[in-house]
Amino acid sequence: MSSLLQHPGHEEESLQRVSDQLPCREVQAGTLLSLMGQPHQYSYPSIFIYGHRSSGKSHVLHVLLKELELPHAPVSCVECVSVALLFEQVLLSFFGADAASLLPRSPSLSDFVRVYRNQCSQSPAEQTRYIVMEKAELLRDADANLLPALLRLQELVEDNVTVILLSEIVWDKFRPNTGCFEPLLLHFPDYSKGELQHILSHDRHPSYSAEFYSSYINILLGVFYSVCRDLRELRHLAALNFSKFCEPVVEGKVKETDTHKLWRNMEPHLKKAMQTVYLREVSSLQWEKMQQMEEKESGALRGLSAHTHVELPYYSKFLLIAAYLASYNPARTDKRFFLKHHGKIRKTNFLKKNEKTSNHLLGPKPFPLDRLLAIFYSVVDSRVAPTASIFSQISSLVTLQLLTQVSHDDQLDAPKYKCAVSMDFICAISRTVNFEIVNYLYDFL
Amino acid sequence: MSKRKMENTRLPVGECISQVQEMLRERLCHQQLPDRPEGVEAQHKHLLELLKRTAVHGESNSVLIVGPRGAGKTMLLKCVLRDLQEEKEAQKNLLQVHLNGLLQTDDRIALKEITRQLHLENAVGDKVFGSFAENLAFLLEALKKGDRSSSRPALFVLDEFDLFAHHKNQTLLYNLLDVSQSAQAPIAVVGLTCRLDVLELLEKRVKSRFSHRQIHLLSNPTFSQYLQRVRTQLSLPDHFPDRKFALDWNASVETLCEDKSVEDALRRHFNSSKDFRSMHMLLMLCLSRVSVAKPGIKPADLVEASRMSFADAKANMLHGLSILELCLIIAMKHLNDVYEGEPFNLQMVHNEFKKFLQRKSNSMYKFDQPVILKAFEHLQQLELIRPVDSSLAKTQREYQLMRLMLDHSQIMEALQKYPQCPTDVKQWAMSAFG
Repeated sequence: MSSLLQHPGHEEESLQRVSDQLPCREVQAGTLLSLMGQPHQYSYPSIFIYGHRSSGKSHVLHVLLKELELPHAPVSCVECVSVALLFEQVLLSFFGADAASLLPRSPSLSDFVRVYRNQCSQSPAEQTRYIVMEKAELLRDADANLLPALLRLQELVEDNVTVILLSEIVWDKFRPNTGCFEPLLLHFPDYSKGELQHILSHDRHPSYSAEFYSSYINILLGVFYSVCRDLRELRHLAALNFSKFCEPVVEGKVKETDTHKLWRNMEPHLKKAMQTVYLREVSSLQWEKMQQMEEKESGALRGLSAHTHVELPYYSKFLLIAAYLASYNPARTDKRFFLKHHGKIRKTNFLKKNEKTSNHLLGPKPFPLDRLLAIFYSVVDSRVAPTASIFSQISSLVTLQLLTQVSHDDQLDAPKYKCAVSMDFICAISRTVNFEIVNYLYDFL
Repeated sequence: MSKRKMENTRLPVGECISQVQEMLRERLCHQQLPDRPEGVEAQHKHLLELLKRTAVHGESNSVLIVGPRGAGKTMLLKCVLRDLQEEKEAQKNLLQVHLNGLLQTDDRIALKEITRQLHLENAVGDKVFGSFAENLAFLLEALKKGDRSSSRPALFVLDEFDLFAHHKNQTLLYNLLDVSQSAQAPIAVVGLTCRLDVLELLEKRVKSRFSHRQIHLLSNPTFSQYLQRVRTQLSLPDHFPDRKFALDWNASVETLCEDKSVEDALRRHFNSSKDFRSMHMLLMLCLSRVSVAKPGIKPADLVEASRMSFADAKANMLHGLSILELCLIIAMKHLNDVYEGEPFNLQMVHNEFKKFLQRKSNSMYKFDQPVILKAFEHLQQLELIRPVDSSLAKTQREYQLMRLMLDHSQIMEALQKYPQCPTDVKQWAMSAFG
């Protein structure tokens, strides 16, 4: 494999070390290396690398630049909340701390380029300098000039510098509307199933044989591959569940080679893992603890989303119910549901053509305050006075994000609201006050 | 080294290759200046004449160089400046100030930069003192004091000129053009821009002070010129140390350009864009494949490089999605077909997906709602779907309206290329209103 990574200007040993660290990424590393050229030669001003999450973009670059000892500045755009931090980071890694301190307090691009030029006239580049920007999609939200300027930085600072942008998002979504210097596009393809298997089999437990571990990986991929191709996620899941997989072998019930029995033992467990630990319903630590307690069925522990029960005051509950009814029922049907003498109207009579799709598919509709109060009075049995407490409960439901206020134009006069709770939640609430909400919902008529 | 000796030198192949790489990389990546500007001789002459008049005779001028990106505006200007430096008098006299709209984002910064580059008295080292008003007054004073005969002419180069027009009140442009109009120190203002409507951006008072002299670089090369350009970009100069290697290389470039498949690939590029920078990128990709083991560019290299630069990035991304995510995209496609491009939310997509599952009665794709939500959010992260309105916190995640940012043919093509795509999924995608 190392034959792919032959390049003049770099030592054979370090190239060998690079190719050892990059399984299944030799082609991409080779392309990158040949684009970079020999260290003293010019490289293309900007390179844009895109690919899925954990397809080895930053890993390949990191290994290449580190092992070949090329001068580089790693910049994470998440960390650089202001451009000043970005400039400082770049100057710091190229010219040392003195250069970074030369920047004024809130530096502009002009200051950065000036300081950079000054410094590089003192210490001109013998090797290509690389600026590696991770999560480059965040650059779009920064100053409009930043991205075009970075793309032509080589020309602006007149130094042998190459900017490498890494992103999950395709280049078409980056291009500013007046255009810019087009970078060289490079794609890192996703790992195939075989490659995933190969990489995941690398970190096997030393006390078990390679075949045993790779059959485990095979089962794991069989369950998770259709949902998740993220190497990091898969690796995490593999590490978490391995102890459960070896359990029968440790107990001596099954031999290592009996794959079928191992699979039968493992598969339901992994399916459960997809519903819990993959969604972070249950933290990894809890999951490990659960595996140790054998008698307790895993998943019996309530996850994060099971804790939806909220204790509310009596009127708040009815206000929320009223809001839910107002959101999911069309206003025309209010008369039929909430008036005493409405006459007999069958559903088919007021079923409009475009209303065949249920409201629970389209989401909540906004409603005015008056309608909320009208429904509230008719669902609450006792007589309620419209006191300040009722109104403050409405606004506190908004701050709890159980309701949302839609139009911002007016705070006092005729505000509009939307209900932002799920069906399960409102059913649980209405059960506590003995209210059959399903009877009042237009969709379930 | 004498000329005869030069001709006889033979270098080892590795040495030659690294020389080639160095030379051509400088040309392709670093935008090295050519000896003579090609195809823009008239513009070159015009600009040189104009600047010479400022530099030598002390005439004030303003000019705009307009052309699309990659048309060689900066190259033209740099060539002119290089030729201008050859003139004794100009070299001695002319002061140059280079400003860039990307860097000097407001007038204050631009003014400091001007002061710094002119080495005026209130600049010590590269520090500039005084407020904006003081700086401006100082600069205007310095320019006003001069006159045509005694003071040194200054050349102001404004790269990305259209961005300067977005500054507040266009103070800088107004003052510079005003000086160039009145009989003060002789200055020339050269603006470079890619916007054809740049004059519409100027305020009336600024526009009236501009000389309305424009140099257009709307290069419209024919295909044979384009091919010739490829040839000159790749061929080695006469002063290459190893003559024999250079001759071989140039001959191989010649044969490369005559190859049929190469011509087809280049024509495709020519038809999509005539600018030379995209051509440089293509050639750079080819050049990077040249190594000691393979000394020379083969037609296959160029075809491969062309394939690489024409690859559809979104199709590449679709290739890496999981089966579940692909199914969601197909469901969205169906929704788009049925409801004619109306936005959709997760509930509708899930509903559509459930319909498929019922039809198939296949338990393989039975996923819980949260798993689907996770896949949906991944698609949103990749910006393959985009929320209609950006009020994120306002609505629940499953009811947020989305739009699909893919087109019908892209999805179908991705499906064809998808590795081990289940047949029923493929059929589902084909079915209905496909």
